[in-house]
Amino acid sequence: MGQKLKLVKNAAGRKVPTLVNGVKAIPFKGVGRYSPKGVKAAPPIRSCNDYPSSGNKVVGSLKEALKKCGVKNGMTISNHHHFRNGDLMMNQVFDTAAKMGIKNLRWFPSASFPCHEPMIKHMESGVIHHIEGSLNGPLGNYASDGKMKGLAVLRSHGGRWQAIQDGEVHIDIAIIAAPTADPFGNCTGDRGPSACGLLGFGLADSLYADHVVVVTDNLVDFPCVPWQIQGNNVDHVVVLDKVGEPEKIVSGTTQITKSPDRLFIAELTAKFVKAAGIMQDGFSFQAGAGGTALAFAIYLRELMKEAGVKARFIRGGSTKYLVEMLEEGLTDFILDGQTFDLEGVRSMRENSGHINTSPFTSYNWHGKGNFASILDAVVLGATEVDVNFNANVVTHSDGQMLHGIGGWQNCLFSKCTILPIPSFRNRIPIIVDEVTTLVGPGELIDVIVTERGIAINPKREDLIKATKKSGLPIRKIEEIKEEVDDLVGAPLDKPEFTDEVVGVVKWVDGTVIDSIHKVKQ
Amino acid sequence: MATRQYTSGNLQRKADFCVTYIPAKSGKIITTIHSKTAVLHESKLHDICSTTLSDLHISHGRLEVTDTGGQYFVLQARIEAVVKAANPKTMAESLPEFKKHAQYKSKADRFRRSRLYLPGNQAKLMLNAGIHKPDAIILDLEDSVVPSEKNTARLIVRNALQTLDFFGAERMVRINQGKTGLKDLEAVIPHNVHLILVPKVETAKQLIEVDEKIQAIRKDCGRKEPVFLMPILESASGILNSLEIAKASKNNVAIAIGLEDYTADIGVERTKQGRESLFARSQVVNAARSAGIQAIDTVFSDVNDEDALRESVREAKEIGFDGKGCIHPRQIKPIHEEFAPTEPEIEKAKKIVRAFDEAEAKGLGVVSLGSEMIDPPVVKRAQNTINLAVATGLVPKNWKRK
Repeated sequence: MGQKLKLVKNAAGRKVPTLVNGVKAIPFKGVGRYSPKGVKAAPPIRSCNDYPSSGNKVVGSLKEALKKCGVKNGMTISNHHHFRNGDLMMNQVFDTAAKMGIKNLRWFPSASFPCHEPMIKHMESGVIHHIEGSLNGPLGNYASDGKMKGLAVLRSHGGRWQAIQDGEVHIDIAIIAAPTADPFGNCTGDRGPSACGLLGFGLADSLYADHVVVVTDNLVDFPCVPWQIQGNNVDHVVVLDKVGEPEKIVSGTTQITKSPDRLFIAELTAKFVKAAGIMQDGFSFQAGAGGTALAFAIYLRELMKEAGVKARFIRGGSTKYLVEMLEEGLTDFILDGQTFDLEGVRSMRENSGHINTSPFTSYNWHGKGNFASILDAVVLGATEVDVNFNANVVTHSDGQMLHGIGGWQNCLFSKCTILPIPSFRNRIPIIVDEVTTLVGPGELIDVIVTERGIAINPKREDLIKATKKSGLPIRKIEEIKEEVDDLVGAPLDKPEFTDEVVGVVKWVDGTVIDSIHKVKQ
Repeated sequence: MATRQYTSGNLQRKADFCVTYIPAKSGKIITTIHSKTAVLHESKLHDICSTTLSDLHISHGRLEVTDTGGQYFVLQARIEAVVKAANPKTMAESLPEFKKHAQYKSKADRFRRSRLYLPGNQAKLMLNAGIHKPDAIILDLEDSVVPSEKNTARLIVRNALQTLDFFGAERMVRINQGKTGLKDLEAVIPHNVHLILVPKVETAKQLIEVDEKIQAIRKDCGRKEPVFLMPILESASGILNSLEIAKASKNNVAIAIGLEDYTADIGVERTKQGRESLFARSQVVNAARSAGIQAIDTVFSDVNDEDALRESVREAKEIGFDGKGCIHPRQIKPIHEEFAPTEPEIEKAKKIVRAFDEAEAKGLGVVSLGSEMIDPPVVKRAQNTINLAVATGLVPKNWKRK
């Protein structure tokens, strides 16, 4: 249900609740202003003599595994999302829990996809109480309409790790779908008939959950090498016919755009990176999923070749385009967070230039540093940007939750954050006076690249100066906005929000940066 | 008897509208709007519907609008189309605001290296077309528009001419043949179209008929600027009459060849080598030169084959063409790059232009370079080469000072 909660104004001027699903929440205090003290959460003590000395932890079925984990009402079940839209596990897990008569579970995935639509029936029947994780498509609409019992809690990939370490989310049972595993629980994602690449998003779950279940469709003799998840953290192993459909990891967001306008934006972005002096020997960048970001990498590759410039590392998700750059010697390494296509999976297996990373190394707020801030440039998407460079990735202008945060918030800490985005979608302008939901503070967003010009955050005088004589169409953000508003016939009607909160957006440090309200029908 | 209803658009097309109008003799107007983004657009959609109906003097009947994300000027056009289908005699129009950025002018002797064809009923493709910087944009009413959409496309194109910014590209419209084409002219001539492409011209008379119609419309609407013409020759007769056609109107600025229809007409396959059309293409170049206008080559239609496109542009340039047609923004840059002059061509042109400047400064009537005399047409060609080099970014605008 949407909830009527007491709201307070946070440092960004957004009204947020101080109690989220019964847990105390701290309002956003400003970028870099919140560092909690104390000791991190820890999993319960286990002893090896509680496990078979043969090392064989295989049990007969998912049901048996859940039973052995002591599944009961109100528990939290988690999983990684490396199969993306090809996940075959989690619907089965909750179907099994339903048959066992379990209720009020919290599902804590690292991301959900349209293939998880059946979870709606489990929420309606009370098997699942609520989901904390990205909400896309049908699940997003369900939660936006205020039908979910608990609040949606949207976290970044790094924020998910932080929430586990802070003890804000305690995982009772972690399900780790593994394309290859041994009976001890060592497992990897880079090989086997269902190979999906990395399993890094399941790492925190394997370290911090009370019970860890590895589910595989390719059981090999001990030891499974290389292992990405260590069997010493695994309680049970289940063998099924098929855990995922790897061909579906290439979802809509991981295909290169065919739109001439988006290709144009991608090319402008690459030219900007060069003109701003970022593209230098030894530099690093990250281009996320999304057709425009992928096309950016292709254009940048051409510019790098022309200039004879080589990168030190590129942060993936690996795609065949990044793999080609690695093979051509245009980068020393790809630091993989996840894998976006099967060419990426193959290369990860065969090329030692791939480095497996996890949200801990790349994004975590409670790490002693992380990789995201080392990056020279990162190219990301957004659903809305406002004239103060604040950006939104979780809702659309109509107020519906449609996307997860992914690593987006974490990446904003790179040395230059660039958002290449079309200036309008149908009749909806992307540059607005104020974002519907605040997900990324403008002080961390440096450049917006649209097909109608490039806007540089006035705070980045260095970038403005560096690109002044580049011949690129550098314009004021207000000017681009005015042009687009005129084209699409803005101003638009504003969605009317009720006082019922349906979700909150967490900042990377665990504070609440904004809340999402139900739209008045 | 069932009430008649009139529909424009279809529900499957994204970023558009589907409009149905059921006329009535009495009662109020009932407007129903289906839109996935009603929460953002409802009031403006109702606004546009009622203003448009009022412009068209409609006060009874039912209007049903399904919104798939089109622009308001398209909605206006579709409403006008259904109202006019129901009342063919109505003269009223519903025009969007004539935007300042739609009022720039063209010149007879501007570059026409690339001209981007856009189907006249697909406004979605028009919105950002100018960003890709083609020399010209052709809003097409002819072959890319199915018969059932002809009447609506004419109004969409008219409204696009009123409201869209094509960022300096020459604003062209390709009209239909015959009477439909004359109707097309009535819709677009008053709205700052720069050039009319006349398809399948076979005789000078056909072109003169179009030109006369244009002059009549200009007089009626008080348009001062000329309307340029580009006849397209697409048959054996057209090719053989090319000189006569090229000289038929002082408003001709170019003649173009259309090879799909031409090869069909002479009964051969169109090949990549293009031997079958060499005669026709050379004929068009010679007719154009004789008439003192530009020669424009056919469209290159394989969007995915950039190498073949480049090869085809190089060949067109060798034969003597000044421009090439394209159907995708991705083709524009390769076309401009291939039409760009080479380094030795630029250097030679610079020398000639400098020599001309010097002669002029000294008040000399004759230009010479070393011991060579330079004729005025050579100077003009050199100036064109420099202009082309500047436009392609190969030479800075202020090259004389460098």
